[in-house]
Amino acid sequence: MDTAVQEAEGDFTPRDWAQHPPYLSPLYKSTVLRSPSKPLIPMKQGLSVRTGPVFGHDSLDPLDHDLTKNGRVNGEPIGERMIVTGRVLDESGRPVPHTLLEIWQANACGRYVHRWDQHDAPLDPNFFGAGRCLTDAEGRYRFTTIKPGAYPWGNHHNAWRPAHIHFSLFGPSFLTRLVTQMYFPGDPLLPLDPIYNGVPEGARELLVSRFSIDVTEPVWALGYEFDIVLRGRHATPMEG
Amino acid sequence: MSQTLKQTPSQTVGPYFAYAWTPELYGRRPLAANRLVTRDMAGEHIRIEGVVYDGQGAPIRDCVVEIWQAGADGRHAPGAAGFGRCGTDDAGHYFFDTVKPGACDPGHAPHIAVTVFARGMLSHAFTRLHFSDETAANEADPVLASVPADRRDTLIATRAETPGGVVYRFDIRIQGDGETVFFDC
Repeated sequence: MDTAVQEAEGDFTPRDWAQHPPYLSPLYKSTVLRSPSKPLIPMKQGLSVRTGPVFGHDSLDPLDHDLTKNGRVNGEPIGERMIVTGRVLDESGRPVPHTLLEIWQANACGRYVHRWDQHDAPLDPNFFGAGRCLTDAEGRYRFTTIKPGAYPWGNHHNAWRPAHIHFSLFGPSFLTRLVTQMYFPGDPLLPLDPIYNGVPEGARELLVSRFSIDVTEPVWALGYEFDIVLRGRHATPMEG
Repeated sequence: MSQTLKQTPSQTVGPYFAYAWTPELYGRRPLAANRLVTRDMAGEHIRIEGVVYDGQGAPIRDCVVEIWQAGADGRHAPGAAGFGRCGTDDAGHYFFDTVKPGACDPGHAPHIAVTVFARGMLSHAFTRLHFSDETAANEADPVLASVPADRRDTLIATRAETPGGVVYRFDIRIQGDGETVFFDC
């Protein structure tokens, strides 16, 4: 990426803390000792953060976008096939083209491949649960996967995470980096989940995907749409 | 800018990101790794290492540190060559093998941008790493100057010459005594 062009476009808008979870969210117990306690210090946006890594197709393997195929050993993965697609946009609605997304998730039974996951539910030998893709010129991405299952965790008595897919995005700079989770409409676990509820009220719904009959492929897979909005840019360079 | 859309909220990486982010142990190709340097790369070859601690001083083993830096000439290479990612091990330890960057912003000391993700962090945290041997440049650096004097040393990696090469120590304390300075930018 041409850093001179970035310089001419002005600062990135700030992180909108009315949208993002505060570091300390006591109902999610792990935040208690892992939340910075001192106020963040404002920093002007120099080149070291206005720039950022740019990934191309050489960062991808051919099946990275298809989690129903990229973990196969001896057959098809078990579970409900689904397509998840959407657009990556900035706050002014402009597409974020050619940016990398990474996703990871549990299998249909709510079990992760991760070797620490000891949940008593089966691993699927044909499902790995991680993928990558690049957005196209219109900011659109598309994955094929298996709908993840809910799973228990130790945060509190009878705690269950709602089904979710982890998303990681880069955008045009080191400042636009975002890691989030996508949820499913109507999940009865959402109102009970301290991670989802760590997000300010009124912003949480942005993490819930939409079922789409238009994305759904007949006799093949259900479709969900999930758009993601990254930090945008001020229209004019800010100096001084 | 006319703001018509709201930023998508952040969520934690959770505990189970390693097979996606640092998947070598799972036989997969990583997007990025913690060895940014190649043998013939210009500049001083260095290791940056440290431990990430929680508010009780316990090491955090499910944490990822990402860095973004200029080359020795102070320029950001095209692509992702200046990007590194390292998950902490069971002792909370991370490291990067890289080159010492040149200054990329006029008036700023050489530095590396750092992002920290972890289970228990619903939003990631930004900081930046300066170098202990850049005394004069650090004294003139406007970002370091904006930080209370008694917290500045949390941003300065300490240089040591070891038999294996130059090592800069940069511990990250998420909370509590010696809490690392994190930025909003």
